[in-house]
Amino acid sequence: MAKTTAKDAQDLFRALRSAYAATPTKLKIIDIYVVFAIFTALIQVVYMGIVGSFPFNSFLSGVLSCVGTAVLAVCLRIQVNKDNKEFKDLPPERAFADFVLCNVVLHLVIMNFIG
Amino acid sequence: MGTASTTTTTAAAAASPITPPPLSLLKTLKLKTKQQELLIRSAILCLVYLLAFITRLFSVLRYESMIHEFDPYFNYRTTLFLTDHGFYHFWNWFDSESWYPLGRIIGGTLYPGLMLTAAFIYWCLRFLRFAVHIREVCVLTAPFFASNTTIVAYFFGKELWDSGTGLVAAALIAICPGYISRSVAGSYDNEGVAIFALLLTFYLFVKAVNTGSVAWALASAFGYFYMVSAWGGYVFIINLIPLYVLVLLITGRYSMRLYVAYNCMYVLGMLLAMQIQFVGFQHVQSGEHMAAMGVFFLLQVFYFLDWVKYLLGDAKLFQSFLKITLTCTIGLGGLAFGVGMASGYISPWTGRFYSLLDPTYAKDHIPIIASVSEHQPTAWSSFMFDFHILLFLFPAGLYFCFKRLSDATIFIVMYGLTSMYFASVMVRLILVATPAVCLISAIAVSATIRNLTSLVRTKSKVSNTSSSKGAVSAKASSKASSDLSPPFGKNAAVALLLGAFYLLSKYVIHCTWVTSEAYSSPSIVLAARGAYGGRVIFDDYREAYYWLRQNTPPDAKVMSWWDYGYQITAMGNRTVIVDNNTWNNTHIATVGRAMSSYEDEAYEIMRSLDVDYVLVVFGGVTGYSSDDINKFLWMVRIGGGVFPVIKEPDYLVNGEYRVDKGAAPKMLNCLMYKLSYYRFGELTTEYGRPPGYDRARGVEIGNKDVKLEYLEEAYTTSNWIVRIYKVKPPSNRW
Repeated sequence: MAKTTAKDAQDLFRALRSAYAATPTKLKIIDIYVVFAIFTALIQVVYMGIVGSFPFNSFLSGVLSCVGTAVLAVCLRIQVNKDNKEFKDLPPERAFADFVLCNVVLHLVIMNFIG
Repeated sequence: MGTASTTTTTAAAAASPITPPPLSLLKTLKLKTKQQELLIRSAILCLVYLLAFITRLFSVLRYESMIHEFDPYFNYRTTLFLTDHGFYHFWNWFDSESWYPLGRIIGGTLYPGLMLTAAFIYWCLRFLRFAVHIREVCVLTAPFFASNTTIVAYFFGKELWDSGTGLVAAALIAICPGYISRSVAGSYDNEGVAIFALLLTFYLFVKAVNTGSVAWALASAFGYFYMVSAWGGYVFIINLIPLYVLVLLITGRYSMRLYVAYNCMYVLGMLLAMQIQFVGFQHVQSGEHMAAMGVFFLLQVFYFLDWVKYLLGDAKLFQSFLKITLTCTIGLGGLAFGVGMASGYISPWTGRFYSLLDPTYAKDHIPIIASVSEHQPTAWSSFMFDFHILLFLFPAGLYFCFKRLSDATIFIVMYGLTSMYFASVMVRLILVATPAVCLISAIAVSATIRNLTSLVRTKSKVSNTSSSKGAVSAKASSKASSDLSPPFGKNAAVALLLGAFYLLSKYVIHCTWVTSEAYSSPSIVLAARGAYGGRVIFDDYREAYYWLRQNTPPDAKVMSWWDYGYQITAMGNRTVIVDNNTWNNTHIATVGRAMSSYEDEAYEIMRSLDVDYVLVVFGGVTGYSSDDINKFLWMVRIGGGVFPVIKEPDYLVNGEYRVDKGAAPKMLNCLMYKLSYYRFGELTTEYGRPPGYDRARGVEIGNKDVKLEYLEEAYTTSNWIVRIYKVKPPSNRW
């Protein structure tokens, strides 16, 4: 049983890798950005677990900054992806402008919140 | 379609140069049908906007420009402070005049949206050199926002169905009594602004879901922020929207647009909401907000799975992948939630929330919530009173929504159903249900009339003026699908149309009547019909508060039941022991205990609280029924909830509450009874009745010879509604 699961997982991995290789470079860059943001958030959570969450607003603003960035980037990725039929008539420039606007708001609020 | 401004300019340009008489001017305008429609639509909208404002001014005309009821006085006082001292002082305000000796940190324990809005309007008007008083601004804030709500309702209706529906929705909500009850001029309360914010948030969110645009989601987050800053009812939004997302997920309507809209709105809205001190970290800590967070994570998982599925394109591989990830995420999520709950990091639900889900909860556990009349379950009659025909149109509208399901109609259906449930649990939540009911009913009205008019029109091509009202025919004139064959012919359709107009006009009459009769009384000034049919005004409250303001030392402490706390601090400018912000149950119970004890025991309590004056409200002379004697059982219950020496059965006779000769001995000698009926036995209130006849309860009182030992009467207003007693200093010999 364990063997088949492992084999399944291996198959899965390979298939995923080969499928992902076909993604356009632009999207890959966004993906890296998202992964980086999530990774930063995780580091902060782990750090909070070790040190404690005393200035809770600072911790929250740090994590939410990362999560927010990641979520907004995912939205951008969805909107600029040519394969998504739902967003066909949304020009990528508009999507990027929205993305920048939201990020500005997000980080203004976070600067206010971080204390 | 073009913007309104261009249309009006073309209209002006198209006016013929011969300058015909003004009536025929309209005919010569030669506008295209579309432009005409736009003109009519904006004209109707303007009229509705005005109507919504004007219909709320009854109270100003009947009485005067004054603040109503209880909570608005606190809001007024804080707004005054804000405009006098500026924002930072307001934010850091520690108020020592209430909750003596504890005090209250005002800046951190209130929703500042309303005060900031009013102050902002005030500053704007001042900047434009309008010398208005802040009270006028406060009085007119609620009607102004009600007008704005109609505009939002129009756009919401347009988003849901079509522009005709939007117009009907705007007209319905402009005069709906359920909304007017909280937004007449002078009812300067959070709800007046909050309903606008609520509807705006929902509209923007639906717009975001429909377009999948990040910018709309951002706008919706700002709407949410405004709502959070204005009213505690924002919890409804933060639970309804995740529920809606969940329903869409379950019914297989998940889309990328939904993902974009919800995630942006949630992250930004949550972050913005945390900037309000009173709300603080609740979005990550309290159980009421966990649903939103859960759905947020669920959507991430869902999106991730969707993406992997799209990448793989192989069902079998995906199955195995699904198995691994699902077990991991569900396990992790459950573990995190369990740990959070167990460690007390996530606070459990509050009593008010429980009492919403289980209507009997408050009655058994929290008397302070159950004691407020607006927290009672709703009676059928008040549904009828507040909604009138909308109550019947609501199911019809639901039918139309189900017939044409889309993401937007699902939203309004869920909003309507959940808020209807809450409205039936608590009277005051009718207010939250009102916009949904109006919108859904508007769908019913608009769709029905459109069908009927198209029926009338197709049957006889000649008679194109048969539908009388210009507005409705303009609404319904556009492409009407006439594929359904008329089962009863044209006449029946005309009859139905007339019936619909009859119903709608009845609605208008009902709304106007309700507004002028029921919802426009300030409740601080009472009006009654005199013996000869004339209006009698009882202005006793203000009389008493001004007496307090001018005749007592500035640092005097006044004890009264908590209902009058806000008014005493705002109008009397004196320190109170408890007020309407019921944050400390023990403190209120102490006052309740004092009121329901014998005089000597009460004196001890009052000495320990430094009380100088005691204020009671008494309606025995005027027949005013919501006085302290009628509220007294709640004082006993709340006092007894904390101090078991107070037992409710001591005040009852065979489970019956009475004040006449057959009353319980403890009742006849408790402080509240004595203060209410002091020297009342000498007064003849009604011709042909013995002295000491209580008109509010219709009995002759049982203890006519009330002697006070530790207090003395200080002031009684002209109609005896408010009675103030001075607590004597301790005697210096024994």
